[in-house]
Amino acid sequence: MGRTLAEKVWDDHVVTRAEGEPDLLFIDLHLLHEVTSPQAFDGLRKNGRRVRRTDLTIATEDHNTPTLDIDKPVADPVSRTQLETLRKNCADFGVRLHPLGDVEQGVVHVVGPQLGLTQPGMTVVCGDSHTSTHGAFGALAFGIGTSQVEHVLATQTLPMAPFKTMAVTVNGELPEDVTAKDLILAIIAKIGTGGGQGYVIEYRGEAVEKLSMEARMTICNMSIEAGARAGMIAPDATTFEYVRGREHAPQGADWDAAVVYWKTLRTDDDAVFDHEVVIEGGELAPFVTWGTNPGQGAPLSETVPDPASFEDQGARLAAEKALEYMGLSAGQPLREVDVDTVFVGSCTNGRIEDLRSAAAVLKGHKVADSTRMLVVPGSVRVALQAVEEGLDKVFTEAGAEWRHAGCSMCLGMNPDQLQPGERAASTSNRNFEGRQGKGGRTHLVSPQVAAATAVLGRLASPADLTDVRVPAGV
Amino acid sequence: MEAFTTHTGRVVPLRRSNVDTDQIIPAHWLKKVTRDGFEDGLFEAWRKQDDFVLNQEAYKGGTVLVAGEDFGTGSSREHAVWALQNYGFKAVISPRFADIFRGNSLKNGLLTVVLPQQTVEALWELAESDPSTPVTVDLVERKVLAPGVEAPFELDENARWRLLEGLDDISLTLKNDDAITAYESGRPAFKPLTQQA
Repeated sequence: MGRTLAEKVWDDHVVTRAEGEPDLLFIDLHLLHEVTSPQAFDGLRKNGRRVRRTDLTIATEDHNTPTLDIDKPVADPVSRTQLETLRKNCADFGVRLHPLGDVEQGVVHVVGPQLGLTQPGMTVVCGDSHTSTHGAFGALAFGIGTSQVEHVLATQTLPMAPFKTMAVTVNGELPEDVTAKDLILAIIAKIGTGGGQGYVIEYRGEAVEKLSMEARMTICNMSIEAGARAGMIAPDATTFEYVRGREHAPQGADWDAAVVYWKTLRTDDDAVFDHEVVIEGGELAPFVTWGTNPGQGAPLSETVPDPASFEDQGARLAAEKALEYMGLSAGQPLREVDVDTVFVGSCTNGRIEDLRSAAAVLKGHKVADSTRMLVVPGSVRVALQAVEEGLDKVFTEAGAEWRHAGCSMCLGMNPDQLQPGERAASTSNRNFEGRQGKGGRTHLVSPQVAAATAVLGRLASPADLTDVRVPAGV
Repeated sequence: MEAFTTHTGRVVPLRRSNVDTDQIIPAHWLKKVTRDGFEDGLFEAWRKQDDFVLNQEAYKGGTVLVAGEDFGTGSSREHAVWALQNYGFKAVISPRFADIFRGNSLKNGLLTVVLPQQTVEALWELAESDPSTPVTVDLVERKVLAPGVEAPFELDENARWRLLEGLDDISLTLKNDDAITAYESGRPAFKPLTQQA
């Protein structure tokens, strides 16, 4: 019987396999950041261990870093200590680090692909659940805990329990106003936050094949929000073109050999998935979340659901609690929900294409007086590219704040946080209670919906803006 | 890692599904660089509400957390496991756990037990009618026992053995050092390096 893409990549990384034991997998790339690594390095020190493969390891600072005044010492002493701890650990153990202020600094999942370190058929891990992002290249990429970070540092391997395979096939073509973010939010709403538990999801079908690498990364990034262990998309010409010429891409004969291998990374026609989900791409519409988990979403054109409409008792209770926390009432049109803050950024939607699409919607408009808009590029390279294209001007002229790169308000570990009761439309990945600041309320949206929402001060899509464009010269 | 064989304690009933790791330990606690001192951050936002289960006198000292399905979703932060352990929990029972949280818990000796929703409801009702009811989580026999409840649970044999023995994964893996070296020597030349070693 044929094998799926995930099974092929897995099999190519098995170091040891024995009955009754998890497979020991070799890890091709280990990404580190300041939050989940200090205790792992401590463990190495305590046991007199070294980093086995410093040449397969790279670190960046992202979660804690401020997005203003980055040339000054980090104001929060606890954050500063954590950043300094990473710097010391990387120096002591010989790990390559891109600290705040470095041109390659940025959100770890934006940095890896942009350096060309993420390539098809690799195993990639990081002490961060959104490591699933790298699956967009046909890599098998897992988020891991700190104990596993220590394990990979010491051995460059991980014992991994077997997984199940799920195909999510998206047929047809996405409508013009529907983005990868809308698609993945709709997928999560369909299968639920636990629906992917134990599975590696492969996204496939015509609509997925047509997506850019940035869009594919948005999809795979949020596999974890469906509970999946990883998400993958088979590499194709789009993938190869994205990787080609990047700093760490193979060169010359190595490139040719790599492409020959990469072309084998497809699910065989006779392979069988443990579970299959089919989505009609043409039926999708701009999608937003209304609740406090990423599965609680609906098309923007709809209303806040009535908890009583949920048959499952657990789902009903969760919806009741969510509406209470979010300050929403059943039946309220989503388009009438006023928004205080708009955040564009994160490992989900902080790449250049995301900034371009938000800027395209915003151009010629002003951010509503009642709303603030933060634009945080995913990396310094993304920021530089945006400046070269004049996107920063589009944002600032519209009244948005153009910030330095980092995770920022996605999780509010730095000063970029919501105030209690403040409502945000956010291009990030989690709408959990308090995720973006204590008491903050989050609606997950695409960059386009974020930009339209900023202009109107309420949840909106670009189609809602047709009548309100500021005439030229005003 | 501390070994886990069997534990008897009182239940803390958490009638919530989709308890994500941001709820278990909010992000601002993640700035710490140690594995201890997270107990005050456990469920920090919910503990501000007087009626939250951890604030009720009757459930003080409970060591077995029983929660709704999809416990531990979201962020991979192992701090969530440390916070539960620092607070005093020895085991968590839920109909379904997020994968990364489950992996993290088993690596730290916090036993996560999957039981059907019906059994979870029975344990909630027991703890709510009499908070002093003892429950036993027995990894040797792979059973959860409480008055009127005898619930077998599954855990793969390898994970169970590691927990029962309190084994350190890294030491186990390093026994395969030769196999790792052999694998390394066969890796294709086109795979990227972050720097020259």
